Amino acid sequence: MSEAEPEQAATTAAAAVAGTSAGAAAVTARAAAIELRRAGLSYGDRVLWENLDLSVAPGEFLAVLGPNGSGKTSLLRVLLGLQPLTTGTALIAGQRVRTGSRHIGYIPQQKAFRAGSPLRARDLVGLGLDGHRWGIRLRGRAFRQRVDELLEVVGASAYADVPVGMLSGGEQQRLRAAQALATDPQVLLCDEPLLSLDLHHQQAVSALIDGQRRRSGTAVVFVTHEINPIIDYVDRVLYLAGGQFRVGTPEEVMTTEVLSDMYGTRVRVIRNEGRLVVVGLPDATTHEHGQHEGDED
Amino acid sequence: MDPNDIFPAIFNFEDYGQLLPLVTNSLIAGAALGLVGGLIGTFVMLRDLAFAVHGIAELSFAGAAFALLVGANVIFGSLAGSVIAAVILGFMGKRARDRNSSIGVIMPFGLGLGILFLSLYEGRSANKFGLLTGQIVSVDTVQVNLMLICSAVVIAALLAIWRPLTFASADPELAVARGVPAGKLSVVFMVLLGLAVALSIQIVGALLVLALVITPAAAAMRVTASPRLVVLLSVLFATGSVLGGILLALGGRIPISPYVTTISFLIYVACRIIGSRRTGYGRTGGQAARNAVTAS
Repeated sequence: MSEAEPEQAATTAAAAVAGTSAGAAAVTARAAAIELRRAGLSYGDRVLWENLDLSVAPGEFLAVLGPNGSGKTSLLRVLLGLQPLTTGTALIAGQRVRTGSRHIGYIPQQKAFRAGSPLRARDLVGLGLDGHRWGIRLRGRAFRQRVDELLEVVGASAYADVPVGMLSGGEQQRLRAAQALATDPQVLLCDEPLLSLDLHHQQAVSALIDGQRRRSGTAVVFVTHEINPIIDYVDRVLYLAGGQFRVGTPEEVMTTEVLSDMYGTRVRVIRNEGRLVVVGLPDATTHEHGQHEGDED
Repeated sequence: MDPNDIFPAIFNFEDYGQLLPLVTNSLIAGAALGLVGGLIGTFVMLRDLAFAVHGIAELSFAGAAFALLVGANVIFGSLAGSVIAAVILGFMGKRARDRNSSIGVIMPFGLGLGILFLSLYEGRSANKFGLLTGQIVSVDTVQVNLMLICSAVVIAALLAIWRPLTFASADPELAVARGVPAGKLSVVFMVLLGLAVALSIQIVGALLVLALVITPAAAAMRVTASPRLVVLLSVLFATGSVLGGILLALGGRIPISPYVTTISFLIYVACRIIGSRRTGYGRTGGQAARNAVTAS
């Protein structure tokens, strides 16, 4: 497939005004944003998942859930081209995954910047735009304009010139979103972006991500241990546990039967006013805030 | 020493006009080193490598002392020592904690080696002392050219990797995800840092390198968060300290390093005072404070 890289600035500006429906309809004709074919990943003799066939359409919101060490973050690393699959293939926008692809936007877990970092909000967003290029930055106005545009989209214009070390976790995650959107990507990979944010910022950041996929038809892969903050946006769930996986709508996957089967023990899913509560998980730390699964690599 | 003699020993401007032409070489070398120190210092701060600079300096000192002992070019000796140290540190432990312990191991070893070589050396004792505390006033044209070439190489390489290095230093996780070769950049940067340290040693000596590589950048970061302004101020402070130090040291009988380190330190103190008045700028101070930060 040929590299179709549209005039970025124009597309985003247009998408920003076009609103929701038009953009989403236009992209459904394109190939799958993400495709995994018989993908498997194992470390030594420990199998995280295997024979994973998954196709994510443009504009689709996929939540990836599962206990620590089930390979959620590893899945993102595979899609980023940082971790080779043990078996099978992974395609992004029809091309094999590779590092540094412009088709991918990535929002990492919130990690505080050091207080003295000589970097303002706009500089951080600017690095997302062209930080991977060699040399020093020579272009002036067009670059500044684009950064301002991105800051505007995520509602961070008010603190554009404040050092990043002085921003709250929620404000920093908005900048992360702006960075991730800088190349107008076809796929947005989010690694627990809501972790350690308060409720207000959780809603704001997830609404932002939802808005992007509606406007520009960006496919979203959202790794999380807590589905409720994003439950209104999620199209499908990929649940990883015990070397198995299930894919389907939240109604199909997040049930007492399916989860009990995956965990091999009695797990109850309670639905209450559109929210899901999972009770009796064998790994008690799974749903606790502050945990992350960096240890599995 | 008679207390009345101390001041003229430190500050003495007699025959200044005649002395000045003698240090033209030193001034040129000093300006180049200020530029290198100021530029590389911003990355040293960003990557939290202050301790590594000290470690590299001690091995550089050992290299220079060895060169002195066997009668080789001292600059080459110190270049070799610091590049070896920098490469070892570049490959050792990405995490600051691992790195710091390896530096702690390497540093005294380098210093010990240096002292061994100096004890075996039977030439002028001023040469020995100079490696630790700085010399420069007697830089000949060949040495100046060598230092200028090295400075040019460091600056050119730094400019070439500027953006990805900033990205990888400030935001490593995202940089790697965007395909920035952070590991390779780290090794390249350490080599450049080794070169810069070896050059700085020629002026301020192994013990005081931090005054040229850390202090100016640290001072700049106290007063602004704009990356461009940090680099500009850092270079300005470093160059100002070296040139000011050379000019002040000219008439007195004291080595150049106390002057350089004192100027550098005073700039830092001034920047801290200015910076502390703006704590919370842009957040609590409202629009006025925010404008002050933006002015870049």
